[in-house]
Amino acid sequence: MDIIYDLLSMLPFDWLSYGFMKNALLAVLLITPLFGLLSTMVVSNRMAFFSDSLGHGAFTGLALGAILGIFSPTMSLILFSVVFALLITWIKNNSTASTDTIIGVFSSVGIAAGLMMMSYGGGFNKYSSYLIGDILSITQEEIQSLGLVLVVVLLAWGWIFNRLLILSVNSSFARSRGISVMLVEGVFAAMVAVVVAISIQWVGLLIINSLLVLPGAAARNVAQSVKQYHLFSVAFAMVAGIIGLVLAYYFNMAAGATIVVIAAGIFFATLLLKGKMAK
Amino acid sequence: MLKKLFHHASSQKDCARLCCTKIENFGVKAGRLVIFEDVNIHVHCGQLTAIIGPNGAGKSTLLKAILGEIPHTGKLKYTDAKGKHTGNPVIGYVPQYLKFDVSAPITVQDLFAACLSQRPVWLLPVKNRQEIIRCLSRVRAAELIDRRLGALSGGELQRVLVALALNPMPDLLLLDEPVSGVDQNGLEIFYEILEDLQNNEDMAIILVSHDLNMVARHADQVVLMDKGVVCSGTSREVFQDARTRKIFGMLAEGR
Repeated sequence: MDIIYDLLSMLPFDWLSYGFMKNALLAVLLITPLFGLLSTMVVSNRMAFFSDSLGHGAFTGLALGAILGIFSPTMSLILFSVVFALLITWIKNNSTASTDTIIGVFSSVGIAAGLMMMSYGGGFNKYSSYLIGDILSITQEEIQSLGLVLVVVLLAWGWIFNRLLILSVNSSFARSRGISVMLVEGVFAAMVAVVVAISIQWVGLLIINSLLVLPGAAARNVAQSVKQYHLFSVAFAMVAGIIGLVLAYYFNMAAGATIVVIAAGIFFATLLLKGKMAK
Repeated sequence: MLKKLFHHASSQKDCARLCCTKIENFGVKAGRLVIFEDVNIHVHCGQLTAIIGPNGAGKSTLLKAILGEIPHTGKLKYTDAKGKHTGNPVIGYVPQYLKFDVSAPITVQDLFAACLSQRPVWLLPVKNRQEIIRCLSRVRAAELIDRRLGALSGGELQRVLVALALNPMPDLLLLDEPVSGVDQNGLEIFYEILEDLQNNEDMAIILVSHDLNMVARHADQVVLMDKGVVCSGTSREVFQDARTRKIFGMLAEGR
């Protein structure tokens, strides 16, 4: 770790002279590729609304963790988010109600139950940072665990991606090729849940879903193949992350929100580009 | 022509020499609503069985039931050419591409590589490009390998899907033809490909079709479905049946 910090100090940027900015930059460099990767299939599988509800579920997870106190807050957050995601996936596949209704129900319950428990005894203020997120407060240990998550997600992505791709094209076709839809959807939902759970305190509940949708949506506008799709999505997420962080530093704004606005800017730019390419 | 006659030979006797698939007493319910019931169809290798019927007759649902995708009653029995019961046949499936997400940045090669290998398509270069081209040439689509799915015409996408369904080579090929979107030229090529498969591969083909003229010209066996099997037989028998005329409200061409 020390070598990385020394390397960062050698870069000719004023804003990198502070330790917290070094940490924030490292965190951005680890979080944004995660979101870029997952974003491709969140968009392709039409799961934007689903991933939004995961953030809400994470909120309940936080509150439960604080009240029960059995596991560490992060652990209970991750556990609850995964259970929440698997439950939605399972009910979605075993019910005739439409997907958006089911997700809507879970999403509402997630946020309401979380708020209810957090506000118990008037103690909501200490949780309000989860709404907006604060990447500048990240510590070195937390960065290391983010690095670990990135490695795990990369491995899982290598293992499951082909099946996920076929599933995104047509689910009947996937089943006819012997793909277990429940398994693949479940693993993907759990991956998204874990990533949302661990990054919600840095990015913030209100905007976390934007990072799961915008990079993929922007990449889709210009990519011509699966490899380009991934490359663009990860690149857009990282570029938005770095530019957003620097702007937030100089203009004293919330980093997460600035990153999302930049990502949205990239999305609209690609949309224009797509229109031009079509002509 | 001889081959055609042979295929028309009455079903039970053939089972000794040809592989056959029996769909026995299939039924599907959605809650209390009966989608279809008591469906019995018997197909042989080298035979093209067309399923026709009005909208909502349960044709696509039948294919999904055969695939095992939705719960159903009844049994699927498969016997190979040696007359041994071999349990489950390898099934190839060509879905209606109308339900495809064609705006995704996926090329034909991407889709093939994802289906045929475990190498993550997003990261590693494709190794089996030659194999993919070979598969695609079989359906006269080799030149489409680098195109995006969204840039294919209806007929082209349909052929790519047939090529995918042939890997691995199935015992039973299920095709769900779209209601529209394939031009006449595409249709001709599609049926020529099916004929090639009938003649050169050891497989039975079940086709849900909306094009009665094509069915009349190419199918060995026609099954008219409407919440169950209404009638079945050669295309001539089915198209001359009064019930067929009643359901389609017109005089279908016989052969």
